[in-house]
Amino acid sequence: MSELKLRPPKDPASGAVSLAAKAADGEIAATEPPSRAGAVAIAMSGGVDSSTVAAILRERGEAIVGLTMQLWNQRRLPQLQGDGPAPHRCCSLDDVYDARRVAEHLAIPYYVINFEREFEETVVRPFVDDYLSGRTPIPCTHCNNHVKFDQLLTTARQIGAERIATGHYARVRHNRATGRYELLRAVDENKDQSYFLFGLTQEQLARTDFPLGELTKHEVREIARRLAVPVAEKPESQEICFVPTGNYVRFIESYLQEQGSAARSDSGFTQIAQLGAPGEIVSTSGEVLGRHNGLHNYTVGQRRGLGLAAGHPVYVVALDRERNRLVVGEDSELRRATCEVGSVNWIPYEVPEGPVRATVRIRNRHVPAEAEITPLDATMARVVFAEPQRAITPGQAAVFYDGERVLGGGWISR
Amino acid sequence: MAIYLDYNATTPVAPAVLEAMLPFLQGNYGNAGSVHSAGQRARAAVDAARESVAALIGAKSSEIVFTSGGTEADNLAIFGTVAASPKPRKHIITTAIEHHAILHSCEELARQGVEITVVPVRRGPDAQGVVDSEEIRRAIRPETVLITVMHANNELGTIQPIEEIARIAAETGVRFHCDAVQSAGKVPLDVKRLGVDLMSISAHKFCGPKGIGALYVRTGMNIAPRAFGGHAERDRRPGTENVHGIIAIGKAAELARQLLAEDAARIAPLRDRLEAALLERIPAARVNGDRTRRVPNTTNISFPGAAGEALLIALDLQGVECSTGAACSSGSTEPSHVLTAAGLSRDDARASLRFSLGRPTTAAEIDRAIEIIPGVVERIRALSPRAPQAEAAPAR
Repeated sequence: MSELKLRPPKDPASGAVSLAAKAADGEIAATEPPSRAGAVAIAMSGGVDSSTVAAILRERGEAIVGLTMQLWNQRRLPQLQGDGPAPHRCCSLDDVYDARRVAEHLAIPYYVINFEREFEETVVRPFVDDYLSGRTPIPCTHCNNHVKFDQLLTTARQIGAERIATGHYARVRHNRATGRYELLRAVDENKDQSYFLFGLTQEQLARTDFPLGELTKHEVREIARRLAVPVAEKPESQEICFVPTGNYVRFIESYLQEQGSAARSDSGFTQIAQLGAPGEIVSTSGEVLGRHNGLHNYTVGQRRGLGLAAGHPVYVVALDRERNRLVVGEDSELRRATCEVGSVNWIPYEVPEGPVRATVRIRNRHVPAEAEITPLDATMARVVFAEPQRAITPGQAAVFYDGERVLGGGWISR
Repeated sequence: MAIYLDYNATTPVAPAVLEAMLPFLQGNYGNAGSVHSAGQRARAAVDAARESVAALIGAKSSEIVFTSGGTEADNLAIFGTVAASPKPRKHIITTAIEHHAILHSCEELARQGVEITVVPVRRGPDAQGVVDSEEIRRAIRPETVLITVMHANNELGTIQPIEEIARIAAETGVRFHCDAVQSAGKVPLDVKRLGVDLMSISAHKFCGPKGIGALYVRTGMNIAPRAFGGHAERDRRPGTENVHGIIAIGKAAELARQLLAEDAARIAPLRDRLEAALLERIPAARVNGDRTRRVPNTTNISFPGAAGEALLIALDLQGVECSTGAACSSGSTEPSHVLTAAGLSRDDARASLRFSLGRPTTAAEIDRAIEIIPGVVERIRALSPRAPQAEAAPAR
């Protein structure tokens, strides 16, 4: 297979004036980068993190190319158009514009790649399907597994970049003793995104750089300012990229409406969706307490919006999809000591023979809790916590840690 | 130094054109509508340019309306003809391979109650990408006010049977517009021989600058203006004349007339060489569109198994600049409407590239491109995921 050598970044002298000015100030080396057989593609979202990654690698003189993924057409669902400005919509024209400005400022080649089909198939549909099935999904992880570190990585290699770099707060390390790549938490615990990366394979980790993993967010913004990255002051998006308003119920309703009645057999959904079908709210002992207005409106651990006057706090304990019932209970009923996980990915080693002691996170914002993980087969495992954990939610991930190392993780099924 | 093979997207401004324009951006800045001497100088230059553009297409200078480009010319032709027609119910016939300037205009008219017939093109193996003029005849109704068919298609380069369609239009008393944006400067144009009532051209496709084009309106044809504000262009298109742009299109037209035959004679063999070499060196590569009825500078080739987007980017990084589909639709997830209309599968349409040559193209550039392209295609194919997934339901 032929080698592709990326051209070096555009000549700074003919490129962005600001780059030359910064070079004069000694802030960026405006020299031709050394030619490298292995070039790096940077996944650029237009945000501060990925933009700073681009600036850092440029400053090091690496041969780089910036790529923005076009994932979802924000104008596609007509009902959502009137929802007002959402400045951080995924792949909005503004985000692409911002990413392009950063690339122009850094004088690096830059392209937008369209992954709308793949994203819809591997992220959006499962997202909708999960909610309709009573699970609470993590689309970002699916995107990482199937789009960002899969399709995007393939495209990067096709255009001549053997590695990708992203703005994730996480670290990759090569373990010389075992020969395997390991995923570690970020140094900045508050920003750590390792929870969303548990699904990365050896092949993917081998080709991935996380330049921000050793930095704090504060340091990243400082670097962005020092390198005069155009988006240094841009606020961060907190929402799911394709649901920028946060109103996922409206998104699901609009999407299903566009797809026609989801009861059509060709819709591809694993469950026949009767979106919004109201049903009963029951206690854990089956006593009917009220009515819910569609299971997709609720998530395990939720307290508000139940419409029950109980005198003491009542929480969603489970979403019973089969009987379309919302099961509620007290705080104590929300705590369980075991869960089952599927599609488990192990990172520092292949599937272990016996139980493994680790700390386990069941949500991104969750202090990892002591647990023992027992593989049931190649893809399933049972997690038994030392202490019962609150609101273990099907559809979320259980990610296993050994100190700072991510041992792996899987999807919570029960 | 990059190898530019995207002349159908745009062309460089010829040095003589730039030279002709500059005085009108410097000392000769008069408004062509002014009475005084400065204005008269501008007016004289505009008149001369108008003659030159008319000569390129065999028209009279009074039949030339200057516009901001091909898109505006297309819009003026279509909306202008519909608005000027007294018929209570109106119908337009067009083809499936027209540029979006035509198709989106028709879509807008459909929203306003005009009926549109989109005639398909042949899907091969013979005459792929060419419309059957009899299909156009069959579509004509009492309500038909306009037929609009492009001369040369921008993606495939295929040339449509304009003279036949013009005869049909004349027989049935229907107006006929021809979008010649991609054929002006590539093949000889004569509006009398072609028999059209309206024709669009755009300067930046034949070594003029962007932002200036023209619409030919046959004497006696009535079109309503699209914009309002004065009487310029014989009440067809108001606004202070873009003097430097008009001078430029005039000069570019003059150069095209002089050099067209020699350009074509030099470019066609280069295009053929590129095409033959790629077909030979790249397994399963296939040319799209009829190869006998096309402009001399274009070849559209499918590379099944190599996604066009990655191909385009990889080639750019290796210094070869070409395109998939039309420039204005880059980044879209939908495959080219032209290629799918010509019978390509969606996957093959997405794996197609258009190479279009121009006056500056050299044999050395073609040879270098031939060295680069096969390796890139091979790499992309080798790294492609397995069989394409079944597609998600398309939006609307």
